[in-house]
Amino acid sequence: MPPVVEVSNLSRTFDVSKPWLNRVLERAPKAYLKAAQDISFSIGKGETFALVGESGSGKSTVAKMVVGLLAASEGEIRIDGVDMRKSRNTAAMRGLRRRIQMIFQDPYASLNPRWRVDRIIAEPIRAFGLERGEQAISARVGELLELVRLNPRDGAKYPHEFSGGQRQRICIARALASRPEFIVCDEPTSALDVSVQAQILNLMRDLQDEFGLTYLFISHDLAVVRHMAARIGVMYLGRLVEVAKAGELFGNPQHPYTRMLLEAIPDLNMTGRPRKAVEGEIPNPINPPPGCSFHPRCPLANERCRIERPAFLTRQPATGVACHAVEEGRA
Amino acid sequence: MSEHPLLSVRDLKVDFPTRRGTLKAIDGISFDIARGEILGVVGESGAGKSLTGSAIIGLLEPPGRISGGEVRLKGDRIDNLPAKAMRHIRGKRIGMIFQDPLTSLNPLFTIGEQIVETIMAHLPVSEREARERAVHLLDEVGIPAASQRLGAYPHQFSGGMRQRVVIALALCAEPELVIADEPTTALDVSVQAQIIRLLKRICRDHGASVMLITHDMGVIAETCDRVAVMYSGRIAEIGPVADVVRAPRHPYTIGLMGAIPTLDATEDRLTQIPGSMPRLDAIPSGCAFNPRCAHVFARCRQERPEPIDVGSSKVACWLAEEDGSRTIVDKKKADQLS
Amino acid sequence: MTEMASPRTAATSRIARLLDSDILHSFLRSKVTIAAAFLTLLFFAGAIFAPIVAPHDPFDLAGISILDARLPPAWMEGGDARFLLGTDDQGRDVFSAILYGSRISLAVGFMSVILAATVGILLGLTAGYMGGRIDAFIMRIAEVQLTFPAILIALLIDGAARGIFGNLDREKYVFWILVFSISLSLWVQFARTVRGSTLVERGKEYVQAARLIGIPPFLIMIRHVLPNVLGPALVIATINLALAIITEATLSFLGVGVPPTQPSLGTLIRIGNDFLFSGEWWIAIFPGAALALLVLAVNLLGDWLRDALNPKLR
Repeated sequence: MPPVVEVSNLSRTFDVSKPWLNRVLERAPKAYLKAAQDISFSIGKGETFALVGESGSGKSTVAKMVVGLLAASEGEIRIDGVDMRKSRNTAAMRGLRRRIQMIFQDPYASLNPRWRVDRIIAEPIRAFGLERGEQAISARVGELLELVRLNPRDGAKYPHEFSGGQRQRICIARALASRPEFIVCDEPTSALDVSVQAQILNLMRDLQDEFGLTYLFISHDLAVVRHMAARIGVMYLGRLVEVAKAGELFGNPQHPYTRMLLEAIPDLNMTGRPRKAVEGEIPNPINPPPGCSFHPRCPLANERCRIERPAFLTRQPATGVACHAVEEGRA
Repeated sequence: MSEHPLLSVRDLKVDFPTRRGTLKAIDGISFDIARGEILGVVGESGAGKSLTGSAIIGLLEPPGRISGGEVRLKGDRIDNLPAKAMRHIRGKRIGMIFQDPLTSLNPLFTIGEQIVETIMAHLPVSEREARERAVHLLDEVGIPAASQRLGAYPHQFSGGMRQRVVIALALCAEPELVIADEPTTALDVSVQAQIIRLLKRICRDHGASVMLITHDMGVIAETCDRVAVMYSGRIAEIGPVADVVRAPRHPYTIGLMGAIPTLDATEDRLTQIPGSMPRLDAIPSGCAFNPRCAHVFARCRQERPEPIDVGSSKVACWLAEEDGSRTIVDKKKADQLS
Repeated sequence: MTEMASPRTAATSRIARLLDSDILHSFLRSKVTIAAAFLTLLFFAGAIFAPIVAPHDPFDLAGISILDARLPPAWMEGGDARFLLGTDDQGRDVFSAILYGSRISLAVGFMSVILAATVGILLGLTAGYMGGRIDAFIMRIAEVQLTFPAILIALLIDGAARGIFGNLDREKYVFWILVFSISLSLWVQFARTVRGSTLVERGKEYVQAARLIGIPPFLIMIRHVLPNVLGPALVIATINLALAIITEATLSFLGVGVPPTQPSLGTLIRIGNDFLFSGEWWIAIFPGAALALLVLAVNLLGDWLRDALNPKLR
C-alpha cells in the first residue's frame, strides 16, 4: 500500500538576524536558525507515526509544514501522491486541506474565547460546504460532540465553561468536522493532567480505529509516544537521528541520543535498574556544533563525529539511524 | 526538642474568600516531614499541592489565607508569625526552589552578588568567606568553572544551569527544609533527570529535608521517601513511596497510577478515571472523589473519610475503614473494576 | 460517557450573565466609579436634552438682551434669579451656554474618537495580522504622526481649510475640521495597541486552526481576531474621549475651534477669559469647572474600565 504521507528532504530555515540597523552598527552577520533539516519519513494509511524530541528539536516546525501552516524552505510533502507545494491552485488545495487536520497543544488557546462551541465546530463544515442548511449543520455538530463523548447541548456554551480535557475534546471534534483522513497532533496532551491525558489518548485511539485515521503524533514524552505510535522518529537539533518501530526503539535503541533519552525517563516501577547519568544540555540551535550535532554530549564521539556529519542510514524500509558509531559498529 | 518532626502540618486549611462564597482550596491536611526525609506531594492541577507549599512558607497570594490548623517547624509554630520573623525563616531555615528559575533570580544582579548577599544576610560570615562559600556551592551543583561564573548574569545561563544556581541559592544558608515546587517542569527531559539527581544528592549531603511538589509520579518514584497524594485540597493517601507506587490503596491513586503510560506497557488502552477534578466551588459532599470513583457507595456521598492507617500508609477512603484488606487491590484488579 | 460533560453552568441568558459578571460587580464596588458614571451621564443628558432642560436659548438672538449682560450668579449681590450662574457680556445665560457648549464639546469628542478608533483599529489589525512590509509601512506612518502635536496639526488643517473654503464657509465645515484634526492625532494609539494585541492573538492556536481550513486572512481578522482585541481598544476610546474634549477646548480657546456663535466649552472659556480680570469671573470659571469635571469623570471611568478588563489587576 502506498504511504498516505511522504515527506522528503524537508528543511526550514528562519531568519533570526537582528534588524538591519543593528547589523550595520554592530557588524553582526545575518543569523539563521535551521529549525528542520533534511527530514524524510513516510506514514502508511491508518498508521501512527510519532516525532519525539526536546525543545528546539524542530518537531513542531515539521508538524506546521506538513499541515501547510508554514512554508518549507526546501523539500517536498506529498499527501496521497499530491505535492502540497505544487498544488497551490485552489481546487486541489481545498480538497487536500479538508483531508488534513490538526490538534493543538494548548486547549486554552486553540478555541476562540468569543465563539460558542457549536460555531467553533461548525466552522470547518461551513468553510468546506460539507452540509446544506443550518439544520443539517447543527445535527452534524451534535453528532461530533457525541463522538468526543460530550453532550450535544454543550454546543451552546462558551469555551471557558469547560475544563482543559473537555476543551481538548472540542478541539478533536473540530478537527473531525471536515471528515479528515490525516491528523497532525502537536503535543495534544502535554497541557493536560495525567488522568485526563489517559482519557484523551484513549479517545484518539478509538477514533483512529473507527475512522481509519492516520496520525502524525508530536510529543516530548516517550512514554506517551510508546503508547500511541507504531513507528517513531527521534529528532535532535532539527534533524532526524533515528527512525524505528516502537518495539525496536525501546527494546534496542541505536542512536546514543535515543539511549540517553530513555535513560532520562524516571523509573516508575522502581525496579532499581542501574542508570547512566545523563549529561549536558541542548546547544543553541543557531550555532549548532559542527559534524554530528550530538557529539559534545555523546559518550561514543570520536574525531570523525566532530568533523563529518553522519548520513541517515536507511536500514529496513522506513527505519534508520544517523550515527557514525552505529555505522562503524562501535555502538 | 528532638521528638518533634522537622515539619509538622496539622489540619491546615486555606480559604479563598470570594463574593460567591468562600472557596476551600486546602481543606484540613496533616502530614509530617522527618529530618533528612524527602516527602513528595503529588496531585493534578488544582489539587492544592502548590498552595500547601506557599501556605507553609507564608507566601499565600491574597485573598488566600490560612483559616485553620497549624504548621510547626521543629515544634515551633510558624503559621502565625509576623511577616518579618517569617522572612527570616524563609531563606535561613526553609529554602525555596520554584518552577521557573527566573522568578528566584534577579536579572539585574550577577549570580555571585545574589548568592553572597543571601549568605551574608543569614550567616555570620565575612564577604570573603561568603564568596568562597558561593564558589564552593556552585561547584557542588555542577556549574563548570564556578569561580569565573560568579560575575555572570542569570540570562547568560541555560535553563538547566539556572535551576542549578537556584538550588545553590536555596541551600546557601544551610536550611533545614527545602521546598521545591515543580523544580523540573520547565526543563527538557534530559535535563530534568540531572536536576532531580542533583537535588536529591545535595540535600542529602547538607542534611536538609525536602518537600518536593510535582505532578510527575515518575519524579516522585525516583526521588522521594514518602509521598502524599492530594485531591481537591485533601490528602487521599500518604505513605512510603514504594507502597503508594506499587500497591496504591485509594481508588484515586490506583486510577492515577493506571493512567500513566509506561515504557514497557503494551496494552492498548490506559486506565482512565472518568471526569475531571471538581472545581473549588463545586466540591461534592462526602468524599471529594466519589463522583469519579468506581467503588462508590452510600457512605462516600454523605460522610467525608478521614485518613486511617492501612499498613504503613494512611488512606482517606471508606473502603479502607469498611475492610482494610479489601482495598489492597493491585493494578490489574483495579483495571478490571474500572 | 456522555454524562462526563457535566452541565457545570447551564447556558444562561445574556442578562443573567451580565448581572453575575465581575465587571458589574467591580463597578458597584467602587464608589468613585459610580460617582464618575453618574456625573458623565448627567453631562450627556444635559447635552442631549439641552433645548428642553436649558432655561434659555443662548443662540436665540430674540431671547437675549444686552441689558442682562454681565450679571453675576443668582446668589450674589446684583444677581438675577433667572440666570443661575450669571450672564456673559452679551447677556447670555452662562448655565444654558454650558449645557449647549457641552453638546458641541461632546459631539466633537465622540465623533473624533469614533473616527480615530475605526481607522486605528483597522490599521492596527492589518499591521499586526499581515506583518512584514505592510506592518512596517503602517507603523512608520504612525511614528511620523506621533512627532506632530495635535494642536499643530489642527492649526495646519484649519489654515489649509481657510485657504480652500475661505473664512465665511469655514463655519460650515469647522465641526468636521476639528473632528478630522483631533482624530488624526488619536488614531496612532489605537493602532499601536490593537497591533500589539493582534500580534498576541495571531500566534494563538485558534487562529492557526482557522488558517488551516483555508479561511481568508480578511475574514480571520474580522471574525476571529477583532472581537478579541476590542477590550483594550475600548479602554483607550474612553480615555481618548477625555483627551479629545480637552483638545477641542484648547483649539477653541486658541480661536481655531468653533465660532463664538456656536460656542463649545472651550469657546466659552475664551470669551470669559477676557473678563476674568475685570471682576466677571463667572463667565470663565463656570465653563472651566464644567470642562474639568467632565474630563475628570470620563477619565475615572476609563481608569476603572482598564482595571476591570485586566484580570491581572483584579
